[in-house]
Amino acid sequence: MRIFDPHIHMTSRTTDDYERMAAAGVRAVVEPAFWLGQPRTSPDSFADYFDAIIGWEPFRASQFGVRHHATIALNPKEANDPRCRPVLDLLPRYLEKDGVVAVGEIGYDSMTPAEDEAFAAQLALAVDHGLPAMVHTPHRDKARGVERSLAVVAESGIDPCRVVLDHLNEVTAGLVRDSGCWLGFSIYPDTKMSPPRMVELLRLYGTERMLVNSAADWGRSDPLLTRATGEAMLLAGFTADDVDRVLWRNPVEFYAQSGRLDLTGVDDADADAPGAAGGQPGAGGAGSAGGAASAGGTFAGNSILRGGS
Amino acid sequence: MTPERLRAALRGVPDPEWLDAAIERVAADPATVPRFFAAAARRCGRGPLPDAPGWTADEAARALLLAALPADHAGHAADVYRHGDAAEKLAVLRALPLLPIGAECEPLLHDAIRTNDTRLIAAALGPYSRHLDADAWRQAVLKCVFTGVPLAVVHDLDARADAGLAAMLGGFAVERRAAGREVPADAAALLDRLTAAGSPTVGPAAGPAASPVADPAVPSDARKA
Ligand SMILES: [Zn+2]
Repeated sequence: MRIFDPHIHMTSRTTDDYERMAAAGVRAVVEPAFWLGQPRTSPDSFADYFDAIIGWEPFRASQFGVRHHATIALNPKEANDPRCRPVLDLLPRYLEKDGVVAVGEIGYDSMTPAEDEAFAAQLALAVDHGLPAMVHTPHRDKARGVERSLAVVAESGIDPCRVVLDHLNEVTAGLVRDSGCWLGFSIYPDTKMSPPRMVELLRLYGTERMLVNSAADWGRSDPLLTRATGEAMLLAGFTADDVDRVLWRNPVEFYAQSGRLDLTGVDDADADAPGAAGGQPGAGGAGSAGGAASAGGTFAGNSILRGGS
Repeated sequence: MTPERLRAALRGVPDPEWLDAAIERVAADPATVPRFFAAAARRCGRGPLPDAPGWTADEAARALLLAALPADHAGHAADVYRHGDAAEKLAVLRALPLLPIGAECEPLLHDAIRTNDTRLIAAALGPYSRHLDADAWRQAVLKCVFTGVPLAVVHDLDARADAGLAAMLGGFAVERRAAGREVPADAAALLDRLTAAGSPTVGPAAGPAASPVADPAVPSDARKA
């Protein structure tokens, strides 16, 4: 099973996670820029964060044979802090970077006027830079948040097939289905969305324009829930090709619209996952990954770097 | 390496017209360099260049963009480095020896050596590393040993290796052996050359010339850190 997690915050995860993900078949990830738990107070700390998710984090991922891309944006929660608003001025330069495959996460948290403004401005940036957009939907007042998000997307003029609305559920999926946007589902270890419920949604709506992610971050979350969803699909009678479509080809299709997705060396459908060779990604995995190893720049045979070098 | 040779080596890239136009534009309007610099890899590719051993297409294209600037090469190099992703930073480090600059970009080397990205550390120890003072250079060489960067990438290794480096390598070897761990073969060989010479410095003739990054001469299992 080859897996592309289209929404995961690897900055918050350990190398143990990378090892387990690679062993489970995760070969590619997209890390959206989002809130860090602790509110930031200046654009400079955003710049350092953005630099990390297009610099250090892809290198860290490459040591496990995992290809890492990012999305960049001022997130809706911090769009409400006037000290963070100048982040919008930093975005154009980041949105030109190779590893940046969408503008995101944008959208609503509390549906304030400040969020309206940042959301619309960043959809315009997505159009300017030829990038898709990843829209976070609010956890509170979700149905209204989704409706309002769809209205802002429609007004922006961006092609709906270049937009994903994420964190959907049984109530909100139908609203998005008819809009032409992609549907994102974050599988959580708690009650928000589970693999069995995801399988039911795939039965109801089919596999087209459906994205499944773990949204794993610094909170209680599990980066292997993409794999668990694939297994639940197989148990429920979906074919291996259906699973490959949902967990690999769909995210590839969505982010490839950026023109910047680079999966050289990790996209071979028949090969084993590059990092899955027995928990020794630096030795066996990265070596056998070929393109991944050379793009990532680990030197042949070098083991995983320690923090204190 | 020279800009002329890189230009010739880039003839066969997927989109040579893009590169020609970008170089012309940057020469006329230096403010456009950040945008062309960011896009260079997706337009020119990322593969190795057969006619420029040790260089990839994106590194070479970016080096040419910087070389094409009419003035203030150091200022622009520092700017695209500061705002660059890892590949852009790497390309700046590779380009530094080709630019008409003095020591102004030395702070970029310190930034690169502070990272744990082995590609950046290796690139920081190219020919421009002559601007590092002895203390910083010795620390950087030890960092290569710790992070598994082959010492073959270090420019002028044997010419600069001195008693201070020998003492640091000796201490490293003692710690490794006490822990029952291997000393990387290239570090052990350097230490041998330094101690065999028995003098505070070792001449350039004492060791092999630096070879490209892609060709580490060290057995892989000796470098597990
Ligand atoms: Zn998220």
